[in-house]
This record gives sequence, structure tokens and C-alpha cells, in this order.
Amino acid sequence: MDTLGILLAGFISIVLINNLVLTKFLGICPYLGVSGRIDMAFGMGMAVTFVVTLSGTLTWLIDHLILMPMGLEVTRYVCFILVIAGAVQLVEMYVRKFFPSLYESFGIFLPLITTNCAILGLCLFINLWGIDNLLEAVVLSFGAGIGFTMAICIMAGIRENLNLADVPDCLKGAPITLITAGLLTLAFMGFAGMIR
Amino acid sequence: MSDKSAGTAKLYKETLIAGLWRENPVFRLLLGMCPTLAVTAAVKPAVTMGCCVIFVLLCSNIVVSLMRNLLKPHLRILMFTLTIATFVTIADLFLKAFVPGMSEALGPYVPLIIVNCIIICRAEACASKNTLGISIIDALGMGAGFTLTLCVLAGVREILSTGAVWEVAILPAGFVPWAAMRMPVGAFITLGLLLALVNALTKKKT
Repeated sequence: MDTLGILLAGFISIVLINNLVLTKFLGICPYLGVSGRIDMAFGMGMAVTFVVTLSGTLTWLIDHLILMPMGLEVTRYVCFILVIAGAVQLVEMYVRKFFPSLYESFGIFLPLITTNCAILGLCLFINLWGIDNLLEAVVLSFGAGIGFTMAICIMAGIRENLNLADVPDCLKGAPITLITAGLLTLAFMGFAGMIR
Repeated sequence: MSDKSAGTAKLYKETLIAGLWRENPVFRLLLGMCPTLAVTAAVKPAVTMGCCVIFVLLCSNIVVSLMRNLLKPHLRILMFTLTIATFVTIADLFLKAFVPGMSEALGPYVPLIIVNCIIICRAEACASKNTLGISIIDALGMGAGFTLTLCVLAGVREILSTGAVWEVAILPAGFVPWAAMRMPVGAFITLGLLLALVNALTKKKT
């Protein structure tokens, strides 16, 4: 029961309070780039959720079972990025072979995910927060993906409506998107302090 | 011969200036947004971050440019990433050893330089196609442009959130700090307005 409580608190905290996009500025590039249409945003979110769960778990295992016992922490970043690139490649091949229709809709986003800082960022944060429990690492990684999906879908919904608005010329494109993101962050600050 | 060297010098100069304004990585190409937003609450961490990026960009451009003829197309991105990760590790360990306070403040954003799109983009677009000289100049120009942008953004935010620049107070004591500028909101909105300003300036010129 106690473990369940910790896991639930961790999940809610990473989705709402410590949302990677809105409070840690991770994954801003796809957040600004792919949030033009809501279906594409959702596809990107799903792909990121999948890869981040996989790589968060894998990097935790590698960190705790291989790097730490052997004192190889120096090579941590190189290992992490290799794992992420490998995971993305694996997911791409798997999806292409077994879910061709899904691959059609994911296709373009998958290679982009390797350089999505949300993924490497989450692996580093798990390491920084000193998570020493595999289950907690899995839940946090999954929550991070869900948080990313939520943020990017909200943004896409706003931007679809923003297309109809009369925006001053020099604010068109990226500037207005950034300002919208800022206001969205302000809204999410209301969740701060919900869980200690 | 002198004609050719004059041409090369001109090319070098143009590459250097392109990174500063015409192809400024943050304002014009919208690359590397994550560190731009995350480390610009004050000028000091912004400058540190800029120096780290210049170092990594310079080293990775040199290495990529030297091995550009050996690269296989399908392994290219992987080689770039590994090269960058190695230099980022060096920069991170250096910061931890010599400026531990700053390393603490920047936290995971130093290792996140690995996935900073500016560096991969320059490796792909410039260093893997050009000679060593051009690659070095390009790295310096792009790095300087990035650092300058960070400083401008951090300067605005630090003045408004604490009334100081580089931790030296410059506004009168009666100034009420805008706490929001230190938070994520301040980062997004300041960058949005700065981009709008740059857009407006460039529109007028053309």
C-alpha cells in the first residue's frame, strides 16, 4: 500500500507538477515543431511515451547493474545516448515489421526522437533524483511520456484555434507559440505544491 | 594565388558573421531551445553554458571534419552523437572539478548538450562537408552567436527578476522584482517577445 502511494504520487508529480516540457524545458523542439495539428501531436506523444518508457527502464538497469558495480560512471552519457539511439532503432524496426499502418503514421517522428532532449533528460533526472527502485523508475518514465503527450496535445489544440485569430505580423509563427506556451506554464504553476 | 587567399579570407569572415546574426542559431534557426530557456534565469549560468557549447561545438566540428571522408552515410548520425557525447563528458567533468557550484546550478543541462540540435546540425550541415578551417570558423561563429543570444535573454530576465546583472545591482533599491521572470513563464514570454523583435527588425530591412 505504501509503495503504491509513493508510485502514485510520483506519477502525478511527473505528469502535472514537474511536467518535463512545461517546468524543465525538455523536448521544446518537437513541442514547438510538431504541435501544428492535433493528430500529429498525439502520434508524436505516443511515440515518445513508448521510447521514453523503454529507455528510462533500460538506462536504469544498465546504470545500476553494469556501470555502478564496475565503477564506470564516467561513461554514463555515452552509454545513455547509445541505449536511446538503439531503442529508437529497435522500435522503428519492430513497428515497421508488425504494425505497418502504425508505422505509416509514426514513421517520420521516430528518428527525430533520438535527439529529443526529453528522453535523455528523463534518464538523467532519474539518475539525479537517486531513484533506486526499478518499479519507480518505470512509473516515472511512463509518467514523463504521458506528461509530454498531454502538454503537446493541449498546445496543438490551442494552435489549431490560433490559426483563425488575427495575430500581429511580427508575432506570427514561433513567437506567438512561445508566448502561448508561457501562459500555459502559468496555468500549470497552479499545480505546484499539490504534492510536497 | 593572392587572389585565392583573399577569397578564402572573405569566406571565413562571412562564415563567422553568419553565425552571429544572419543564421543565428536561436533567433533565426530556432535550434537549441531547451538550454536557451532553461539556463537563462541569470547571466552567470548562461555564460558558463555558452562556453561549454562553444567548447563542444569546436571539438566536435574539428573531429567530424577530420573524419568526414571515412564516414559511412548510415552510421553518420551515430558517429556524430558519440563524438559529441565524449566531449560533453569532458566538459562536464571539468565543470565538476573546477566550478562545482556552477555545475550544481546547471544540473542535467550540461549533459543535455549532447542532444542540443545546434551541434548535430553544424556537424551535419557544415563539418561533414567542409575543410578543417571553415569548420573551426563556423563553430566559433555559431557558438558566439548562441552565447550572445543566451546573454541577451539572461540579461533581460535577471534585470527584471532581481534588478541586477552578473549579481551586481544596477537598478535603484525601490525596484520591485518581478518574481515571474525567474520562473518558466518568464523564459517563454521573454524569448517570444525577443523573437518578435528580431522578426520586426529584419522585416524592416528587406
